[in-house]
Amino acid sequence: MDKLILRRVDQSNEEMILNFGPQHPSTHGVINFLVETDGEVLKRAIPDVGYLHRSIEKIGEIVGYPGFMPYTDRVDYVAAMFANEGYAMAVERLLKLEVPARAQWLRVIANEFCRIASHLVGVGTMTMDIGAFTPFLHGVREREVINDLIEALCGARMTYNYHRIGGVAFDLPEGWRDKALAFLDHFDKFLGEFDRLISFNEIFVKRLANVAVIPGPMAVNYGLVGPNLRGSGVDWDVRRDMPYGAYPNFKFDVPIGKGFFGTTGDCFDRYYVRCLEMAQSSRIIRQALETLPEGEISAKVPRNIKPEAGEALARVESARGEMAYYVVSDGTNKAYRVRVRTGSFSAMCIIEDVSRGLMVADLVALISSLDVIAPEIDR
Amino acid sequence: MTTQEIHERLKARFGEDVGPLSEPKADAFCVVKADRIVEVCRFLATEPGLEFDFLEDLTAVDWPKRSVIEIVYHLLSYRHHHTFVLKVEADRAAPVVPTAEGVWKGANWFEREVYDLFGVTFTGHPDLRRLMLPDDWVGHPLRKDYQEAGGWHGISNVRENPLVELKRLDDARRAEAAAKAAPPTGTEAAPKA
Amino acid sequence: MAARTMDPGVGGDVTLLHTSQLDNLINLARASSLYYLTFGLACCGIELMQTGGPRADVMRFGAIPRASPRQADFMIVAGTLTYKMAERAKLLYDQMPEPKYVISMGSCSNCGGLFQLGYSVCKGVDKVIPVDVYVPGCPPRPEALTEGLLRLQEIVRSEPWSTKRRPKATGGA
Repeated sequence: MDKLILRRVDQSNEEMILNFGPQHPSTHGVINFLVETDGEVLKRAIPDVGYLHRSIEKIGEIVGYPGFMPYTDRVDYVAAMFANEGYAMAVERLLKLEVPARAQWLRVIANEFCRIASHLVGVGTMTMDIGAFTPFLHGVREREVINDLIEALCGARMTYNYHRIGGVAFDLPEGWRDKALAFLDHFDKFLGEFDRLISFNEIFVKRLANVAVIPGPMAVNYGLVGPNLRGSGVDWDVRRDMPYGAYPNFKFDVPIGKGFFGTTGDCFDRYYVRCLEMAQSSRIIRQALETLPEGEISAKVPRNIKPEAGEALARVESARGEMAYYVVSDGTNKAYRVRVRTGSFSAMCIIEDVSRGLMVADLVALISSLDVIAPEIDR
Repeated sequence: MTTQEIHERLKARFGEDVGPLSEPKADAFCVVKADRIVEVCRFLATEPGLEFDFLEDLTAVDWPKRSVIEIVYHLLSYRHHHTFVLKVEADRAAPVVPTAEGVWKGANWFEREVYDLFGVTFTGHPDLRRLMLPDDWVGHPLRKDYQEAGGWHGISNVRENPLVELKRLDDARRAEAAAKAAPPTGTEAAPKA
Repeated sequence: MAARTMDPGVGGDVTLLHTSQLDNLINLARASSLYYLTFGLACCGIELMQTGGPRADVMRFGAIPRASPRQADFMIVAGTLTYKMAERAKLLYDQMPEPKYVISMGSCSNCGGLFQLGYSVCKGVDKVIPVDVYVPGCPPRPEALTEGLLRLQEIVRSEPWSTKRRPKATGGA
């Protein structure tokens, strides 16, 4: 592939091949695009990833089962709880462990807070990419409060390492419940404020509606997951349709894209599904805090974890869609193979096809509406 | 539909080319002959009642002892909420498997990743290039016998222990302090009586 | 009582004695308006964003994010540097105008950190470009990065003109 920064293909037309990234403020991390344009119209954008390929899967074969948990944080640093949980669940399936009820509930509470924090960054950076800086600061302001809450829970702001194989690391600290509820009361109001501030802003809507439409069947065929899939109108949520953990005990809706201001599956749908999901997360946390059972927070797990030979796949609904851990054991205390299937990976795969015929500026909207982050693609 | 039933339907359609279902430890799987994998995939994706419309994962596992690389397909059906695991065994020396890109578009990048990290060639793939690593990288790192090349393009991959350098600085400082404290006389330090 | 000795670095250059006051003024101005190149690579990039956010508010120290290396005074390398990215990092560093500084943020860019075991990770950004301030942590809190910025300001403020970094002479034997 040509590594030229700029190349005139022909003097008589406006065709160019441009490098977009890897250091670019709106590529969401280090992703490179080779952009073929004809004037302002894209012929196609070819993603070139791997700038953050940190060999996490190989490291999973070197360190032991419990030792891999901090690395899972780095698979998805914006929503690390889900990466923790997916790995813990895969190893629990291999060990045939039953997780105590209180630990399940704590997992749900931590996860849903993490989902809100992740979506705040997702929609915040999206508005910033479109050109509005203030909503991003609003998002980060709320996220800081969640960071504080999670820090009180597990001691870290973003790489939590909270889940353990067989349960969670810490119980709720004193007074945490009231602080969490107070934040949720504030947050529910904030969502309305955020909608008034930016979601229904005329310019914002015009900029996103009917841009980069991904129809439902295409999204399924390419393996899109999570909010991107639901934005295309496919009604699927792992939490509801293949329930795991404590999720069957809670009532929540799964928002799907309906073409709020244009065609189903456009950038605005993907954006607004995330806004609606935050409200549902808040609803789940309230229910979980209300029905939190007493008991142990971790099952009895041997110090030296040695599952019998076999393989297991565990899937969780992460903030970026389905995250699946595939762990192969050969009976020793180290995993034979650890594989992470992430939502951003398939989301990147679709960009080459969707980008045909877009304007250059709309490519930024497409990338940020898919909410990809680099380490999830590259691992 | 349970895994058992899906496997029976596969058996009825493809006969001996579909292996027996593994003894279920956590996830049961069945091994398919490499040259029939595309047909099996298309059958699973389109057959009414099965309809695996979502390729959840495509990856590989290296088994040097058996001298095979397993390609693992995790399938899921949005309509029927059931899952199934297929495996294909490829020779480790020259692994070649037909591509499933024609059935699920999402397989495109998964296969590129497996090609990059395991060195499995997918015949018929439209764009089989390295995905994660630079184009001029040597070797396939997720194979079990992969040896690190020792840096890349002149960037060394050795990092000296910082404690060694700190100790050297410390020693130098200590020697300096000792030299200052001792009187700079011509003779050596006075012999201890 | 030890007599005060002159800083041997100045070496009796008369003109420099006259400009020392001017140095202070210029350095004060430079230290208080350091623009940084956002180079968020991985997890630390999110903390870098939070540092620019409302709570840590690094802008009150005069540090403003710039997207282009040509307008930046220093570069915050925030996150894991892979070999594939290392060459791009060098390219970006070369595009920055002199005088330029580098803050290495987080264990990964300090020394490879958690990913020392990885086959594709560069073991420290100082293998590729010179680093002025190392901020430890995985990831460092916004307060830690702010501390790193203050240390960098100290370096800038105490810099005499005679030893100020200049681009190395190119060409010639």
